Amino acid sequence: MKVLVPVKRVIDYNVKVRVKADGSGVDLANVKMSMNPFDEIAVEEAIRMKEAGKVDEIVVVSIGIEKSQETLRTALAMGADRAILVNAADDVHTDIEPLAVAKLLKAVIAEENPGLVLCGKQAIDNDMNATGQMLSALLGWSQATFASEINVDGDSATVTREVDGGLQTIKVKMPAIVTVDLRLNEPRYASLPNIMKAKKKPLDTKTAADLGVDVAPRLSVVKTTEPAERAAGVKVAD
Amino acid sequence: QTAKALSAAKELGDVTILCASAGCSDAAEAAAKLDGVAKVLCADDAAYGNGLAEPIADLIVSLAGDYDHIVGPSTASAKNILPRVAALLDVMVISDVMGVVDADTFERPIYAGNAIQTVKSADAKKVLSVRTAGYDAASEGGSASVETISATANPGLSEWVEDKVQESDRPELTSAKIVVSGGRGVGSEEDFAIIEALADKLGAAVGASRAAVDSGYAPNDWQVGQTGKVVAPELYVAVGISGAIQHLAGMKDSKVIVAINKDEEAPIFQVADYGLVADLFDAVPELTKAL
Ligand SMILES: Cc1cc2nc3c(=O)[nH]c(=O)nc-3n(C[C@H](O)[C@H](O)[C@H](O)COP(=O)(O)OP(=O)(O)OC[C@H]3O[C@@H](n4cnc5c(N)ncnc54)[C@H](O)[C@@H]3O)c2cc1C
Ligand SMILES: Cc1cc2nc3c(=O)[nH]c(=O)nc-3n(C[C@H](O)[C@H](O)[C@H](O)COP(=O)(O)OP(=O)(O)OC[C@H]3O[C@@H](n4cnc5c(N)ncnc54)[C@H](O)[C@@H]3O)c2cc1C
Repeated sequence: MKVLVPVKRVIDYNVKVRVKADGSGVDLANVKMSMNPFDEIAVEEAIRMKEAGKVDEIVVVSIGIEKSQETLRTALAMGADRAILVNAADDVHTDIEPLAVAKLLKAVIAEENPGLVLCGKQAIDNDMNATGQMLSALLGWSQATFASEINVDGDSATVTREVDGGLQTIKVKMPAIVTVDLRLNEPRYASLPNIMKAKKKPLDTKTAADLGVDVAPRLSVVKTTEPAERAAGVKVAD
Repeated sequence: QTAKALSAAKELGDVTILCASAGCSDAAEAAAKLDGVAKVLCADDAAYGNGLAEPIADLIVSLAGDYDHIVGPSTASAKNILPRVAALLDVMVISDVMGVVDADTFERPIYAGNAIQTVKSADAKKVLSVRTAGYDAASEGGSASVETISATANPGLSEWVEDKVQESDRPELTSAKIVVSGGRGVGSEEDFAIIEALADKLGAAVGASRAAVDSGYAPNDWQVGQTGKVVAPELYVAVGISGAIQHLAGMKDSKVIVAINKDEEAPIFQVADYGLVADLFDAVPELTKAL
């Protein structure tokens, strides 16, 4: 089985974000960017499935600017086999909405025919928590969101989901879209030899136009503001 | 949660409530009594009993023609279903709405609540999930009619296996007036009992940091933060929690924040109204006893 993992390049989770003075968005110039933490978990899960002999090939896809190559190389260094960059923007501040990302992924899936797609449950920049569900709708595939355990068995998968109030287990038909939650696994770090090897792994580049998808946003940003600051209160010693 | 989402939806016009579940006529009757509800649709079918996304999304899409806005609370269930609905309608979902500016314009948090974005939708229909912490539940006083509707065909893509849901007498985390949360500092599942004892004394819900959940001290649905629940109670007590931005994202809109931490430099003190620099194993039992 082939697994496809979409990985997003986002602001590093340790960076404190700053809202741009003109209110147009968040300042992403010269800040540290990393792979979305949930996507690291998705890549890790795919690698573990491959190690368990259930998966033959792991293809990672990123949609964004040219620099998203770095994120793809990280995934390749972790253990993915092949990467596809869909170049859909020139400026780091132009983000692609989940609906457009889902349409682009659908086009990639038509070419790649994976048996399973593992997405992050949400990207930590825009926190939409939408892409996997939208992709699943467009493909007419089954969906299992917020997974904390995944067992693929032939033409179905049993997935335990983190829901309000506890856990839910469902069985989905393959091919399926699964979005992963934080407790699924602990992602590995890439070793130096693997980082070197990853430089030679194949990385194809396509554009949104190649895939025939219109990525024009449906939502426009009216303004971006800082949340109201809380002042520190009194502190007493024991 | 629905009654709170209703408070946001009322700002957009007449509201129809959809109850889709197995055996949902009681819920439909209850919904009909809420103030501001014009009509209740009740789709009672086994296919909807366990909240599977595919059949419920199809049902909502089949009804969507009559409505300009499709609104749900930001629960795990709605977050599972609404983006699927939006994609089927070829519109962009708008998640975690905190404020309605006008029929097309909404405020939502991004970057774990470190920025608030006002966005305007160009889509003909809007699909929104509403962060209920900021809204009061709609009161009773309505008398809407309940209309039974039939189910749409079940695509049969997934089936339910089991639910493991904690039953508890404590108030529900996202609507509790008081929340007491424990972090990694609590140190073990056994010691989490002192957090729970304080919570029970205060009639509070219990929360936890991700570190506490990952370490197995507390169940996953207690997690407060960017990737857990968002709460805004009258009083939030953070015990043995350092105050990482991902945790603050879930609680910094609380009215009064009390932090108990033995590290004077812990970032939680920057948002706390009252900070107690103390060992939690002394301070919490003492506090529980004093109450
Ligand atoms: C109104 C509005 C206007 C916006 N305009 C701008 C703007 O001008 N500038 C700006 O910076 N942002 C803008 N955005 C943000 C942007 O349009 C989307 O909100 C953003 O892409 C949301 O996606 P997410 O990362 O939250 O996706 P989620 O659905 O949370 O992501 C879930 C998963 O999908 C996959 N995924 C998502 N995106 C990608 C990707 N690009 N490549 C590969 N995999 C992916 C990953 O597996 C990820 O873990 C705007 C947002 C809104 C709401
Ligand atoms: C993508 C992503 C999403 C995340 N989402 C969330 C989220 O939703 N919610 C969340 O909480 N975290 C989240 N995190 C994790 C977050 O970054 C922190 O790691 C986590 O909040 C730390 O939990 P903590 O404060 O309990 O632990 P620590 O940071 O280890 O803090 C423990 C605190 O306890 C204090 N302490 C220890 N012993 C005692 C004692 N005896 N008495 C008093 N004080 C004591 C210490 O001084 C310390 O300040 C997320 C991280 C990532 C990367």
